Parts: sequence; structure tokens; C-alpha cells
Amino acid sequence: MPKDSGIGAASKRREDLRFLTGGGRYTDDINLNGQTYVYFLRSDVAHGRIKSIDTAAASAMPGVVRIFTGADFEGVGTIPCGWQVTDREGNPMKEPAHPILAQGKVRHVGDPIAAVVAESLSAARDAAEAIEVDIEELPAVIDMKKALAAGAPKVHDDLADNLCYDWGFVEDNRAAVDEAIKKAAHVTTLELVNQRLAPNAMEPRVAVGDYNKGTDESTLYTTSQNPHVIRLLMGAFVLGIPEHKLRVIAPDVGGGFGSKIFHYAEEAFCTFAAKAIKRPVKWTSSRSEAFMSDAHGRDHVTKIELALDKDNNFTAIRTETYANMGAYLSTFAPSVPTWLHGTLMAGNYKTPLIYVNVKAVFTNTVPVDAYRGAGRPEATFQLERVIDKAARELGVDPVELRRQNFVTEFPYQTPVAVQYDTGDYNATMDKLMEMIDRKGFDARAAESKKRGKLRGLGINSYIEACGIAPSQLVGQLGARAGLYESATVRVNATGGLVVMTGSHSHGQGHETSFAQVVADMIGIPENMVEIVHGDTANTPMGMGTYGSRSLAVGGSAMVRATEKIIAKAKKIAAHLMEASEADIELKDGQFSVAGTDKSVAWGDVTLAAYVPHNYPLDEIEPGLEETAFYDPSNFTYPAGAYACEVEVDPDTGKVEIMAFAAADDFGNIVNPMIVDGQVHGGIGQGIGQALLEGVSYDENGQILSASYMDYAMPRADDLPFYKVDHSCQTPCTHNPLGVKGCGEAGAIGSPPAVVNAVVDALNRGGHAVTHIDMPLSPHRVWQAMQG
Amino acid sequence: MYNFDFTRPSSIKDAVAAIGAGGQALSGGQTLIPTMKARLAMPETLVSLTGIQEMKGICTNDAGQICIGAATTHAEVAREVAKSYPALSDLAGHIGDPAVRNRGTIGGSLANNDPSACYPSAVLGSGAIVKTNAREIAADDFFQGMFTTALEEGEIITEVKFPVPQKANYQKFVQPASRFALVGVFVAKFADGVRVAVTGASGEGVFRWTEAEAALSKDFSAAALDGVAAPSADGMISDLHGTGAYRAHLVKVMTARAVAAA
Repeated sequence: MPKDSGIGAASKRREDLRFLTGGGRYTDDINLNGQTYVYFLRSDVAHGRIKSIDTAAASAMPGVVRIFTGADFEGVGTIPCGWQVTDREGNPMKEPAHPILAQGKVRHVGDPIAAVVAESLSAARDAAEAIEVDIEELPAVIDMKKALAAGAPKVHDDLADNLCYDWGFVEDNRAAVDEAIKKAAHVTTLELVNQRLAPNAMEPRVAVGDYNKGTDESTLYTTSQNPHVIRLLMGAFVLGIPEHKLRVIAPDVGGGFGSKIFHYAEEAFCTFAAKAIKRPVKWTSSRSEAFMSDAHGRDHVTKIELALDKDNNFTAIRTETYANMGAYLSTFAPSVPTWLHGTLMAGNYKTPLIYVNVKAVFTNTVPVDAYRGAGRPEATFQLERVIDKAARELGVDPVELRRQNFVTEFPYQTPVAVQYDTGDYNATMDKLMEMIDRKGFDARAAESKKRGKLRGLGINSYIEACGIAPSQLVGQLGARAGLYESATVRVNATGGLVVMTGSHSHGQGHETSFAQVVADMIGIPENMVEIVHGDTANTPMGMGTYGSRSLAVGGSAMVRATEKIIAKAKKIAAHLMEASEADIELKDGQFSVAGTDKSVAWGDVTLAAYVPHNYPLDEIEPGLEETAFYDPSNFTYPAGAYACEVEVDPDTGKVEIMAFAAADDFGNIVNPMIVDGQVHGGIGQGIGQALLEGVSYDENGQILSASYMDYAMPRADDLPFYKVDHSCQTPCTHNPLGVKGCGEAGAIGSPPAVVNAVVDALNRGGHAVTHIDMPLSPHRVWQAMQG
Repeated sequence: MYNFDFTRPSSIKDAVAAIGAGGQALSGGQTLIPTMKARLAMPETLVSLTGIQEMKGICTNDAGQICIGAATTHAEVAREVAKSYPALSDLAGHIGDPAVRNRGTIGGSLANNDPSACYPSAVLGSGAIVKTNAREIAADDFFQGMFTTALEEGEIITEVKFPVPQKANYQKFVQPASRFALVGVFVAKFADGVRVAVTGASGEGVFRWTEAEAALSKDFSAAALDGVAAPSADGMISDLHGTGAYRAHLVKVMTARAVAAA
């Protein structure tokens, strides 16, 4: 019987009532007394030298409060990068300055040149049009390989070239990998592009800066996945405001997918400007602005080689990737193609030798950073595509080739630093086989053929590293932050609880699933537990939500804090029942003395904690409130097997997804309905990448796909009904809940399944196509069929 | 969006006067309003045509033509001509999304003549007559290239008269992002011949594929197109969603499908 509350129950998401009935409070819903509005004048050229900015006429326009340019920010910090990668020679990456407003040069279409603060947005826009900017346009570099060519225009004049870093991993393995590839019985090589994506959260970014001159405190309301991180980065590195004078609030946030992790110039601007003009300053991004100012995702160009011995065992993998950083280093950009990508190149397989080379490149494009999966989709895609290609070349079954090479013994130390604690890749593959009726495929393909369609089946595995991250490890790898998480559990006198978490929910349903955990531990109804997040003033310092870390790390902190609460409550209960603390049991919200019929209720104990008339004051303090910080000892490793079945229309190249199945191992599950939803959303985004989405630039750096007229988002009718299963569970061995994380799996596992399926369909139709770069638009598929 | 004045006259005469005085006609606004929001258009006065009763609604005249008021929405057309002209109903019912179909009008679409819009193919494919406040214009004369029509300055479409073919069908292959027609083909079989009108493909806007018309007029079957080469890719739109060669290829594919489905 499924449980109806607590851990394992499909509790309905309590936050949805307010989200679905207009009761949410998003940043754009916040309007403060005396508020002004800012409009950013952004560069319409990709690369240019600013010769002059004349704001005189614009400043005189009605409603204008003040116009800021780069000159107003001399002496103010620049937008910092949170991760330093060290190159093959042991040198730190190049780290150019990222000013709040352009200084001297503009480096991508959308780079902010000036900011008009006015009484209304429309007055600000009118004035922005009256600013006279003289820009000497410079040749732009868009293509990464061209950007690295000798004599290429430099994005940053003060750097030697456009190479941010040249990273090798594991450098000591390089010669052995080269040797193994030379000696291999078979080597399969694949060159591919993991295309640039625009994140497109439903809610565009918003920032409201406020300043209280009476207390000298600044407050920033912002659409962020991690308000504490923004407070630290912006306060300490940009504006020089100590944490106790700076409050960051991320209220309801309508989706992030990574794009709201980073500290953006607009946040620093609104905070700075509010103090400068002593009035609140609000910025609301338009969708068009989002396309040129939200950090993009992916944008890797990769060559991968897979070496096999005569028995088809994988012997070595060598990959070379060009990773686009864009014009500036966004907060976590350098870590994505390195530590979130290279460490996953083993996949689910026991390949003994792996070498990963990544060249990170500056170009005149929007900065690129983490986007749902962040590095792991890029690793999985190339690996699962090259394995499929190898199977085709060798004439072996792609599932059997995978199974033969699966890691089956745990813990497993990969050759790329990480150690998988647990897993069962055959179990998820077995489950997937049950779900998809592979034996019936030939009959379905024959039926498709009768209708003039080509049917194909793509199957792959994936693994990811979640629950980031052990602070000491990532510190060694270049992270400039710890990656623990925090929780404060405050029990009220009458027994209800408020849990203040450093995690942040922007659609994940933490208010429901976190409450399920705490309620389950105590044995009380879920509605007695309230989850508070998003405000640095009333939550302990935490690192926020990304990388499928919130339950594994934030949930673990919450468990630790609740354990402290229970331990103290047992002392109080022991005192109340005049029993030994060791004999106290807590079940269903009742404390009892083992072996007796004595008991007190949860509420009696909590009341005693705050009305300590009969209370062991000589042993413990009154009150019932505990905080815990949890720093994980390892990553978690969700894994699974995905299958996609497609029909291709050979006359048009149009791909239709006929079926999609996902068998995931997320370890223990707190709320299976929320997990289903996370997987559904992830698959939707993965199919979006595989078939529809892609940011295109022309050679001058103009974005060709800068609106929904040209950037294809997946819609409901592009997607099939999914079969998802998470009954294969190998609980994480090192966190108290045994959970692994499920937020990104769908986006990681699905793109190779779709592409494998389309390539399979074309080959079954007699087209010897080895690869098509995403998105697999009808045009691209049709072109591939033309040979 | 810049500030503008707004007027909603109740007669064609008043509308023509307001437009003659410098107003910009607005009939649904599914293109114009987004353009204004992007500050790419700044009309001083918008003259809404949707308050003019004589420009709304659908009837059949004595000649058996379906007469659609220019201010009639796509949703109304889809609903009202479902029996009398199913191909036209189907086309109207698949323009944009429900919000677009409940605001956008046939007159607005034709006057704009977006090269990827659906309606121009139905009007040209049906050999319809575009009636304005001043005259009647045959479809063959009305469309004059991308965003260009025979309308004079200040002239407004008041009605469109569709002859009803024996058989017809519209096949739209959508651009994946906008879902406008990457290629749309309207095929109509009349007693005196077949008309094939193509939208989405050509840089010159909607056009008649005369080679296909000739073959289909002899033999109205998809097989009749086997011997007809796809139209030349020269002049076809080439963009990130497809080359001219792909569009030219799709014209033939969609034409065959339209014939088969008619």
C-alpha cells in the first residue's frame, strides 16, 4: 500500500494552490513606495569600442531620474567568477573583468551600455532612445575555432588571446590513453556539436533594489536560485556591502534551470542605484532581453574516440571539447565543461583509461553557464552517441554492448576522479526492457513502413553526479565557495514547526517534500510543518538549489537538525515521565517509555520547552530550535536507462516521438509524484534540445533566434506521454535519507535516446547516416537523408 | 510601445476618413500590436475596423460565393464555413493559437500579406475576389510580393468573396518555432481547372505553381505530379529553418498531400 503521508507518499504539492490561483508572490509582484524603473540600453553590435556616450538630451527628458554609464562604476567591483580552473600547465584560467555596465568596449549583443532610471519604464525607454552612443564596430569572433586562430580579433584586449584555459584531465593518463587507442582492435570516432540553448524560464529575471538610509541597509529582491550566494558575491566582491547590511530575498521564482544561479550585473546595478538615488529601483526583463542577457547553456564542439578490444570491451576514451564561455565568465561557467563534465566521462562503464581535453574560449556571444544538467548532458550525449555508433560499426546489439561494459561492482573508482558509491545499471536496463516491448519493435516498424514512415528505436544509459558537493574536494578543484547546505528547525510552543532552509524552491516542490521528511521523522501531520526559504534574513547561510542537490544536501541538513530536535525533545519527555532518556521512544507523535504504557504527546513536550515550569533546567536550555549544516562526503550518482521510439517522415524529415520510457534509480524516494514531474520536465527539456531548440548566431554576432518566432520551445503536442519508473532503488550510501536527486536526469538521459532513435530509423530506411547535430529539425533530418 | 490615439468607427465611411487623416488601420492586431510593443512601429492613431458591422459575418451570395466580412475573425470563419467550404475552415482553424484566432481577422491578414501567412494561399488558390471600399480586386492581382498588395494608400478591405471549388485542401508544414507555414499549399479543383497556391516558400510571397496546376487540371491525382519537377529553389526563402531547396522540395510534397486529401 502506498503511504498517504510522510516519506514515500505522493502528497499533493501544497504550493500549487497559490501558484495556480494567482496567489504567488513573484519578484515582479513587489512594488515599493517611491519605486523607480530602470531600462538598460544594450549593445546592438557584438563587438565594438565605445567612443562616446552622450546622455545630455536623454537626461532632460520627462520622468528621468538619473542615467548611469560605465563611468559611474569606476571604483566599484566587477561581476566575480565563482570557480577557478587550472590549465594543463598548472596556470590559472584567464579571468577578464566583467563590469556592471560596459567600460571601453561592448563584447556581445545585449551587453549593457547605459541604464536609465525613470519614473516609469516607458519614460526610461523613451530616454534610452535619446542617448547618443558612438561605437566603432570591431570584427567579432563567434566560432570557437576561428576565435583561437592566430590573428583573431580579441574579445578582451588585455588578454594574450581568446583561450580561457586548456584543461587536461587526467593529465597523467594522457600518454596511456594515446597508447591504448593506438593498440585498440577498433576505434569509433564521432564529432558532434552540443548546441547552445537559451534557458527560457517561464518567469523572466527581475530585480528590485531598495535602500534604507535610516539603517544604511540594502535589500535586493531577485529571481534567484540561491539568495545567500548572491548576497556574498554581490556584497563582498562587487559593491563592498557587509552581509549584515545586505539582505537578499528571492520570493516565489518561476523556474530557473540554472539560469538563476548566477550573479548578474542587473542585480548589482539595482542595489547600487537604489543607494545612489535613495529610491527603490526595479528592473523587469522582457523576453527579448532574456535571450541576450540570461546566461545560455551548453555550446560544446566535441570529438570523442572510443577504443575497444577484440571482445568489444571498452579500453579507452579520448575526448577533445571546445567550450564556449561567451564574452565574460559567468559565475560557474569554468566548472561546467571541466569538473561537471570531465568527471562524468566514464558514464556507466568500466573503461579503464580516459583523457578529457577542454579548451574554453571567449567569443562575442552571451555568456554560457550551467543549464539543467550542466556538463553532464554534454558528457552523456557524446558517450552514448559514440557507443551507439560503435555498436553499428561492429554489428553488435547496442544494449548488449552497453551491458557488457557496465560497472557492476560498487564502490567503483572511475579513472576520472569520482567514486560511484552504489548503483545497478543492469537493473534499470532490465526495467526499461520491460517497459518498451523491444521484441515487438519489428512489427511496429513494419506497420510504420506501411504508412510510409521510418521507425527507429534509441536506447541509452546515463549517470550523473548530483548532491554537489563535498566542500573540501571542490575547494581543491577550484571552487571559491563551500557547497554544504543548512537548515534551522524551529518548533513552536504548540507543536508546529518552521523549517528554515538554505535551499531554494523555484518549482521543485520543496515546501511539500521537505515537510514530508520532517513530519515523518516526528510522526505528525505534514501540515504541522512549514518550509521557509528564499530570504537571507530568516534562513541560515546556504548555497541554494541547483545540481539536483536540495534533498540530498539540504534535506540532509534538515534531517540532522530534526534529529537534534528529537534528541532534545526526548530529554524533555524523559523528565516529564520520570523515566530514563534511553528508554524514550518516539512514534506517531507520541513519546513513550519502552515497556510501559506511559506516554506524552509531542505537543506536551513542545509546550514544556517553552513553558518550562516542570523542566530539567539544570541540564538543558528551554526552547526547541536547532540548526544543522551538512557537508556531503561524496556526490550522489543517479543513473538509469532511457528509450525513445520515433517515426521519421522520409518526405519531409519530420520526427515524431511515438514512445518514450525512462527507468531511473534515484535511490530512496520522498514523493513519487514530484519525482515523476521532475522527470517529465527534464525529458521535455531534453527532447526540446534534441529536436527543437538552439541559439543561432550569424557571423557578425547577431542572434538569429532571439524570439519565439525563431527559437523553438517544445510544446505539449511535440511531446509524447512518458512512461517513467523509479522502482529500481539503490539508496545513496552516504546521506541520511539515501536519496540521490532527480531534477536533471530527464534532461541528461533523453537527448541521446532521441538522436539514437532517429539515426536508427534512417539506417533502417537505407540511409547510412552516422550522426545529425541537434536540433534534429525536419530540415536537418531531410538534408541528412539527401546524403 | 509609444503613446497613440485610438478610434473605433462604426462605418466604412468613417474608417476611410480616419485612415485618410493619417490613421493606421487595425484589424485584430496580431502583427501590428507586437510590432508596436517592440517599438518597431509608432502610429499616431490606430483605427480599429472591428466595430464596423457591415464588415463582419459570413453569407453566401446569389453566385454561390462565400462572402466573408473583412473584420471576421479566424475562429468565426473556421466555425461558419465548416460545411460550406471545409478546406477554408480547416485553414482558418489552424492559424496560430486560439488567442490569435479569436482576435485576428481575414482582412488584417490579407492586407499585411506576410509571406508565411496561411490566408493568402486560400484566397489565391480559390481565385477569390478582394472587395475594398473602392473596388473589387481579383486575387491574382492583389498579392504583389512580400508584405505588398494592390491596396492603395488609405484603401481598406471590406469583404472577401470565395468561389467554392469542387474539392480543395490545405496542407501546412509548420516552421517549428513560430508555427507559421514553412510551406503551405492550397489546392482547389474547379470545374474549369485546378489552382495551386503556395505560401511560406517564396521570398515574393504567395504564388501559383502553374506547372502543377496544368498537370492536375488534366489528372487530379497525386500521381499526376510524379512527372512534374519541384519548383525552382531560386527565390525561395532560405533561413535557419530551411534552405530554399528544402522549401522547394516541400512544395511538391505538400501539393501531393493536398491533392490526396482533397
